[in-house]
Amino acid sequence: MKIKVKINGKWEEWEIDPSDYLLDVLRREGYLSVKKACDTGTCGACTVLVDGFPALSCSILAATMDGHEITTAEGIADEMDDYMKALASEGADQCGFCSPGLMVMVYALRKEIENGKVKKDEEAVKRYLIGNLCRCSGYLGQQRAIFKFLGVK
Amino acid sequence: MREVKKSVPKKDAYGLIRGKPVYTDDIAPRDSLVVKILRSPHAFARIKNIDASEALAMDGVELVLTYKDVPRKPITRAGQGYPEPSPYDKFILDEYVRYVGDEVAAVAARDERTAEEALKKIKVEYEVLEPVLDFEKAEGNPSVIHPEDDIFPQFDIGFDPKRNIAASYEMEIGDVDKILEECEKDPDCVVLKERFYTQAQAHVMLEPHASFAYIDMHGRLVIVSSTQTPFHVRRQVSMVLGIPIKNIRVIKPRIGGGFGGKQALHGEMIVALIAWKTKKPAKLVYTRREVFEATYTRHPSRFDVTLAATKDGKLKAIVYDVLWDTGAYGEHALTTLMVAGSKTLPMYNKVDGVRFRGKVVYTNHVPAGAYRGYGAIQANFALESAMDMLAEKLGIDPVDLRLKNIIREGETSPIFKIMGEGREGVEMIIKSCKLEQAIKRGAEVIDWKNKFRKREKNGSKVRGVGMAIAMQGSGIANIDMASAILKLNDDGSFNLLIGATDLGTGSDTILAQIAAEALGVSTDDIIVYSSDTDLTPFDTGAYASSTTYVSGNAVRVAAEKMRKLIIEEGAKKLGMSPEEVEFDGKVIRAKDGSKEVTLKELATVRYYTEDQKQLVADGSFVGPESPPPYAATFVEVEVDTQTGKVDVLRYVSILDIGTPINPNLARIQAEGGAVQGIGMALYEDVKYSNSGKLLTNNLMYYKIPSRLDVPDMHIEFLESYEPTGPFGAKSVAEIGIDTPPAAIANAVYDAVGARIKTLPITPEKVFFAMKK
Ligand code: FES
Ligand code: FES
Repeated sequence: MKIKVKINGKWEEWEIDPSDYLLDVLRREGYLSVKKACDTGTCGACTVLVDGFPALSCSILAATMDGHEITTAEGIADEMDDYMKALASEGADQCGFCSPGLMVMVYALRKEIENGKVKKDEEAVKRYLIGNLCRCSGYLGQQRAIFKFLGVK
Repeated sequence: MREVKKSVPKKDAYGLIRGKPVYTDDIAPRDSLVVKILRSPHAFARIKNIDASEALAMDGVELVLTYKDVPRKPITRAGQGYPEPSPYDKFILDEYVRYVGDEVAAVAARDERTAEEALKKIKVEYEVLEPVLDFEKAEGNPSVIHPEDDIFPQFDIGFDPKRNIAASYEMEIGDVDKILEECEKDPDCVVLKERFYTQAQAHVMLEPHASFAYIDMHGRLVIVSSTQTPFHVRRQVSMVLGIPIKNIRVIKPRIGGGFGGKQALHGEMIVALIAWKTKKPAKLVYTRREVFEATYTRHPSRFDVTLAATKDGKLKAIVYDVLWDTGAYGEHALTTLMVAGSKTLPMYNKVDGVRFRGKVVYTNHVPAGAYRGYGAIQANFALESAMDMLAEKLGIDPVDLRLKNIIREGETSPIFKIMGEGREGVEMIIKSCKLEQAIKRGAEVIDWKNKFRKREKNGSKVRGVGMAIAMQGSGIANIDMASAILKLNDDGSFNLLIGATDLGTGSDTILAQIAAEALGVSTDDIIVYSSDTDLTPFDTGAYASSTTYVSGNAVRVAAEKMRKLIIEEGAKKLGMSPEEVEFDGKVIRAKDGSKEVTLKELATVRYYTEDQKQLVADGSFVGPESPPPYAATFVEVEVDTQTGKVDVLRYVSILDIGTPINPNLARIQAEGGAVQGIGMALYEDVKYSNSGKLLTNNLMYYKIPSRLDVPDMHIEFLESYEPTGPFGAKSVAEIGIDTPPAAIANAVYDAVGARIKTLPITPEKVFFAMKK
């Protein structure tokens, strides 16, 4: 079947199988920032935005995406320069496999904070990001960077 | 120091964070055959019949491999230096399958779906055998896991497969039985005997194991793999497939974590064979389930410790009796076992007697292999828990008991010479050791004096503190070799070519910092290319905490040579002698200030006009010793007496890693290691069903720490300088993981008097131990 999606701002038409997951289709179409790490909706490495909200692409059927807007790390990286600088200057990016998914999530979190939906404090930020697992960093470096980026005191 | 002891961002940071396609699966050719593995449903069985004809006949199936189609050549997948200390007890595919998940057949097909369909069409008839699932019953069990006669070790490792023994090792210093006997009789002496168990832990690096292979225009085999050991992969693939080393190239792109799990070969041999046979690119990316079910775990252990000490706290003897479970294959069996001794016993170097006896047995479980901590963490839990118990028995503060017995700068231990990794070690006088300072500083930061045995209560919750100390190594002395090449470009920048393998740790960056420091240039002027067997010089790989020390020293040597070369060539250009000029990183200048030439000008003339030649320098390094980093860790926990749940409130770890080349990256290594260690201490646990099937085969059932599980952490590096290290550096990769299990167990005891001797420290165990 064919679906139309608006991906990182431009419309594309994809030929998919009804049983395809969004993650596999995205990777097939060249959006390789989206990583397959657990494949059971438990790690956050495959996080993308669907209509502006974070979603785990390994757990969404691509067929349900017809007409929707999808954003991947590739689509937001240029807007997230300060975030990347903050993370890099903490040395908190290690293997980097969790990084694009985390960046998408932080991007969404910033919006939620701006809209007053999520409190701008340490606990709320940690809770929002709890689904993004990282096995290398121990999280603290990431948090130092994220708190700095979001201005969490 | 200008470029080291400096937190420059990782060279690959921006590329990685924005999600550039740089990992193995991202760069595999789009037309790659997709390889899938048929895995054993039985813990132990012999394949009576296997018929792949129906699968082969399917449209889109290119090749099916069973044990009948692959060379029968015993190997080890361990990914260690040659000759390996692991037995050659594995075949690419075999007639026997030895754990649920062992490889039965491989399918290469046009796409994933076809490959998966084809797996279902392979007909296998098994003779199901009685598995060995309890490692304490493995030795001499009537079920022999490796009955085949064509397996062998490279040298004596105590290999006795007919008795299910993969390796064994014994050593003794002093007459231990006599010391113990005398101590038992002496009223001024105590003897403590305790048994501990540690569990299997899964690595859970976020990128699953991935590899692909293709044949290049010259007919050579190219393997791209998420490996920690490209040069070992090349050697092992050559050996097992009979393809000369000169016809194989192995490339490691960026990799998504390893922690030892990618030291071994998992998939490389299969994709290589398929590409070689079909002449088409072939890729194999493990599913998360396969990573759990069919790669590696940490070796589970049973650890008997006996300590003898005088009443005033002088340790007299340490005895280890160890049983180690290596699962179905003996990869890293002997070496992890020996590290249990060699990376813990020297901490208490003032004893009269030491004995180590260990056996590594085969079972029908997922094979155990290299995992950060590598035997030391198991031993650390046992020894440092036992030390806490001894302190209580003696009525001495655990901090004081450590201070009385630890190793100090300028001292040695006979263990260094006796126990190496798989063979004898090397003598070593400790040149840098801030363990004493680390213990004192840690006690101060956690406020030990006011907290130990105070058992502060808050409703049903009680607080406690505990401590543990640890050491590791920096590479394998006299075995690990690394090398580096530096070449000057015509703009004055340098290419640094290294075999070293960055698994996400930032080693490319810190090696560039070391080169820059030795050259006197900026780290920005060092362009790093690593881990490609065609283009970079040899390196044993990233394991055993070796990269900073061993590869770092190789880079330092190359950079010092390059600096000398620049001064010589600069002097020649100025018509002076090398003694008359100096180089500040940008300009070669006469010391009297009369003339100068910039590095850029010099490089440009050397390449285009005058006395033309390439300025290039190399360096190699083998560690003559393996200087240990040290850690003293103090934790404060809160135990809920109604549920047994343990919360780590505060984690303080004071480390001596020599000079931190990049303090930020070193900190993340220490923090990341600690969090993995906390996971092992409290909940990570690889579990099997009664029939040997892995139960914890995804991230829902196997829990790793999330960001809410991380305690408040204080990590501090002491001023320390290791004279044999590059600019004073030792290793940092593993030391952080060793202490959490014992420190937390000791803190739980301090809080509620429950002594947990079997990891992980689950609420259930604490609850029942409290009731006793
Ligand atoms: S791959 Fe989707 S959550 Fe892990
Ligand atoms: S940096 Fe490796 S998983 Fe997060």
